Amino acid sequence: MEFSELIRTGQAQAELLRGPEMPPLRGTLCVTGHHLLLSPGPQATPDLWLLLLRSVDSIEKRVAGDAGTITLRCKDLRVLQLDIEGVEATLDIARSIEALSSLESVITSFPFFYRPKGLRLGESWHFHPPERYYKRVARETRAWRLSEANEDFSLCPSYPRAVIVPRTVDDDALARSARFRQGGRFPVLSYYHAPSGTVLLRSSQPLTGPQKRRCAEDEELLQAVLAGARPGARGFIVDTRSAQAAKQARMTGGGTEAKSAYPGWKRLHRPLERGRPLQESFVHLVEACGDLEQSMDRWLSRLDGCHWLSHVKAALSTACLAAQGMEWEGACILVHGAEGTDSTLLVTSLAQLILDPLSRTMAGFQELIEREWIQHEAPIFLLFLDCVWQLGRQFPLSLEFGEGMLLALFDHSYASPFGTFLCNSEKERCLCEVRTRTHSLWSGLNQPKEQRKLRNPLYAPNPLAIWPSVEPQSLRLWQGLFLRWTHPPEPSEVAWEKVWQIATDQEKTEGSQPTDSASEPQP
Amino acid sequence: MEHIRTTKVEQVKLLDRFSTSNKSLTGTLYLTATHLLFIDSHQKETWILHHHIALVEKLALTTSGCPLVIQCKNFRIVHFIVPRERDCHDIYNSLLQLSKQAKYEDLYAFSYNPKQNDSERLRGWQLVDLTEEYKRMGLPNSNWQLSDANRDYKICETYPRELYVPRIASKPIIVGSSKFRSKGRFPVLSYYHQNKEAAICRCSQPLSGFSARCLEDEHLLQAISKANPANRYMYVMDTRPRHRMQSWWATQKDIGRIILNAMANRAAGKGYENEDNYSNIRFQFVGIENIHVMRSSLQKLLEVSGSRGLSVSDFYSGLEGAGWLRHIKAVTDAAIFLAKAIMVENASVLVHCSDGWDRTSQVCSLGSLLLDPYYRTIRGFMVLIEKDWISFGHKYSDRCGHLDGDPKEVSPVFTQFLECVWHLTEQFPQAFEFNEAFLLQIHEHIHSCQFGNFIGNCQKEREELKLKEKTYSLWPFLLHDQKKYFNPLYSSTSQKLAVLEPNTVSFNFKFWRNMYHQFDRTLHPRQSVFNIIMNMNEQNKQLQKDVKDLESQIKQHKNKQTDGVLTKELLNSVRPESPALKTSLCLKEQTLLPVKDALRTVEGSSPADNRYSEYADEFSKAEPAVVSSEYGVARMTC
Repeated sequence: MEFSELIRTGQAQAELLRGPEMPPLRGTLCVTGHHLLLSPGPQATPDLWLLLLRSVDSIEKRVAGDAGTITLRCKDLRVLQLDIEGVEATLDIARSIEALSSLESVITSFPFFYRPKGLRLGESWHFHPPERYYKRVARETRAWRLSEANEDFSLCPSYPRAVIVPRTVDDDALARSARFRQGGRFPVLSYYHAPSGTVLLRSSQPLTGPQKRRCAEDEELLQAVLAGARPGARGFIVDTRSAQAAKQARMTGGGTEAKSAYPGWKRLHRPLERGRPLQESFVHLVEACGDLEQSMDRWLSRLDGCHWLSHVKAALSTACLAAQGMEWEGACILVHGAEGTDSTLLVTSLAQLILDPLSRTMAGFQELIEREWIQHEAPIFLLFLDCVWQLGRQFPLSLEFGEGMLLALFDHSYASPFGTFLCNSEKERCLCEVRTRTHSLWSGLNQPKEQRKLRNPLYAPNPLAIWPSVEPQSLRLWQGLFLRWTHPPEPSEVAWEKVWQIATDQEKTEGSQPTDSASEPQP
Repeated sequence: MEHIRTTKVEQVKLLDRFSTSNKSLTGTLYLTATHLLFIDSHQKETWILHHHIALVEKLALTTSGCPLVIQCKNFRIVHFIVPRERDCHDIYNSLLQLSKQAKYEDLYAFSYNPKQNDSERLRGWQLVDLTEEYKRMGLPNSNWQLSDANRDYKICETYPRELYVPRIASKPIIVGSSKFRSKGRFPVLSYYHQNKEAAICRCSQPLSGFSARCLEDEHLLQAISKANPANRYMYVMDTRPRHRMQSWWATQKDIGRIILNAMANRAAGKGYENEDNYSNIRFQFVGIENIHVMRSSLQKLLEVSGSRGLSVSDFYSGLEGAGWLRHIKAVTDAAIFLAKAIMVENASVLVHCSDGWDRTSQVCSLGSLLLDPYYRTIRGFMVLIEKDWISFGHKYSDRCGHLDGDPKEVSPVFTQFLECVWHLTEQFPQAFEFNEAFLLQIHEHIHSCQFGNFIGNCQKEREELKLKEKTYSLWPFLLHDQKKYFNPLYSSTSQKLAVLEPNTVSFNFKFWRNMYHQFDRTLHPRQSVFNIIMNMNEQNKQLQKDVKDLESQIKQHKNKQTDGVLTKELLNSVRPESPALKTSLCLKEQTLLPVKDALRTVEGSSPADNRYSEYADEFSKAEPAVVSSEYGVARMTC
């Protein structure tokens, strides 16, 4: 297959530098279709060092004399340096890495070849998020139905086959509404909040355009949402763009819901950053975190200048606003920006974590990600993980998963042997047969041996909504992620070991009472 | 009592400090001899000790009443609206009088009565015994001895009576050196490292305007370096920024030259007996700013963190502008230098600043804390404060403004020390026996004047005030409650943590929210990891004890030929409530400081407390018939 054409060299002698805290590794370097391998010889530990080529973000090469140096910046923020013997070998290896790490094709990617021991293909792919979730909703209310109008992805390529919609709206009306929304993303149910009987919806912007077009079916759909909640219920549309940006979008065919066309609904604008500015903010923060010598003033000024924590604050407070509307004002909430695929999902998924105790369990969180997130390889998903981390810091007992889970999701979202985060839509996933030909990340993460790393030892289910503080004094830099490689917080890891020990001691002593019911972690 | 004109005002509003929409609680304000008390309509009590009040302001009259803003030394800020201006004026005037006492005898400690008899009180004062502490360090020994030179405070009024000096330093040398040093604070021992045989010593600056050298002072320094058999080189650490000290530095160099001449003299048959002399001294400057810079830095920090509707960007640029974290880093770096000199080079170190009671106390105590795990225990930390701060004359009353005095003398030097320690606890979560609440409680009491420990500016003054007869010591009360202050992660045996080597990379310094916003409950995490771990630990111990008890019971039963059915029943009867405890705990409100008699205002975790946006108000604007938030608060917190 084509891999062999891209691999320029068999092997070379090299030394690998992995950062200030790790000893260098010497050995034989070689490039395969998906990996960079370094074999330090049989006596060494580890006996093999492996890097998934997909995780290489950028590569720099330098040659001097008869040796070369390759610097790899990885998507998990690691920086690796390889000192290689031989100029030719260096250039060949660099070219091979460049070619292989930028392969676009999904079906030649590593997940399609990864066959680990102990996992069966097809396992843990049984989540069919909307269907599963619909069962939960249907137990509480009859106002919603599962529609298969998108069975062939003709209404919306980025929606799953089945979506949850108001019972009184038929599939034809959905099709019309879809044509009125960018990318066909018509309003669908994201979360049903049983305690107040209200719902969280998401969509993309309406295509009102400069002529201020309307769509009767779209208006009926939102009307039906309010009618289904309770008589006289109110709705809020949380637009993740500024009022001005939303207005400007009309010039390019987009726009926003006109007040007169959607009685009972009120628009709130909460601009959230996405795309390029967010990417830049992320890059600036990563740069600042790589500088160990900077003065206090310089560090604080860079932390301020990159605006990352401002984005965290904005995202969390918008999610809180949506959640507050549902829980406290008994209102239905529709969230959208322009495409409805980035900041929209950030808000809907965070609002659920705040309101829904089930989404804070290990299984519930995985389901939430499956249900809400389309693209994972973007700083917006990282922003989501950061916001979840902030929630976990403020409610250290309320999330069943720990920082390790969030870090694992971050790592796997950029480069993974598992198929869960492949492709950018359900349609693509079906075309590539991801579910039958790759392993699910959840099957990997839910193995018993992974639990200690991923779970929160202090978890105690909390039935209440968790309202975080979003004041700047309450938000912290996520050191565990941003300083993971440059500044490992070793002592606090040891401390966590101790926490685990105390927590498991507790389980043991409690468990060793009447019957010997060992408390196995639930998958 | 004569200052109190009004004892009770009704219909007073307590405003939410950070609310942009004037959210408030209504209640009654009481003025007692020692406290200001506010009881709101939910019967929640807010107690403010008069001594904690740093500033009272009466703002311009508004339509709803007369605003009264009170800023406290423990960083509480309350904003009342008093309906009638007359009442407001009365309270304002009373508080002005009550919060600033002219004499020590009017401080709370002299009237505070925890119902203990005299012998209990005396035992309390004997709890921390510095004589014992020097013994623990291995003193006196062949190189260091207790000097009685200052037994009657004749040489230095601000030093304690008991001072350790090099055995070879005679009394005339000590007297001579003390005349050469500011306020007579000549070089004495602060900490002795038994393994390294090296000492941390402290003093004040040489007197300004001296023309030549002071032989006695040179002798004393020489004696200090001689007292260290492992390394004859010693460091003199000047903790002041170098630029201010240029001239003095030059003078010191001159002294070095003079000593070189002395060496030449020795070659000629007169002068010194061995090679040790001033030329064995290395001068090291570490730039810690003075009390005035620190005071205004903290003021800036509080202005930033106290502003309403603060953006992330304003917060970080404000943190940078205040420079506070830079100062914290400077103090920590100085302590690290000190600890390294002893650990790596085996060298003794003499630390000084200007008077040797602010920066010197910070650096000596923090350095000792890095070196000696004992100071990281609850009891050891008390000893450390008693030694390097109280006994060596850190001017608590001046720095904390206990009495109505010069505001330029007030400075958060000790607060800064506590913050440095807090940063260490963050970096080494297992190295300290105590937790954050312990630090906060100590901070509370340096200002409260409820106990005698921090009253006065030096030991001599404390003795004159007869504090040990008239007031109580804080330490036994903290020890009595020590359960609240235990760090459940503490690992006393870890060899790795014997000497702490903190990393002072800028990332490691964070705004200490739990100090500067201790009363702003809405800014805090809603659940405390520490509390839950403490409880788990407690439960584990209890359960293990139960298991043991039951096992011994089973043994007894077996001996009596009883069958297994009974044992199973027995087992089943044990503490069925423990798992429930685990869940109920996490929903309870958490307090940073252990709650004592004075209850603190605590707000529940509800969206209304969090000010997510001005739009939250729009929710209710759209339609009047929505659930009132009062109802919501009740539902959330009940």
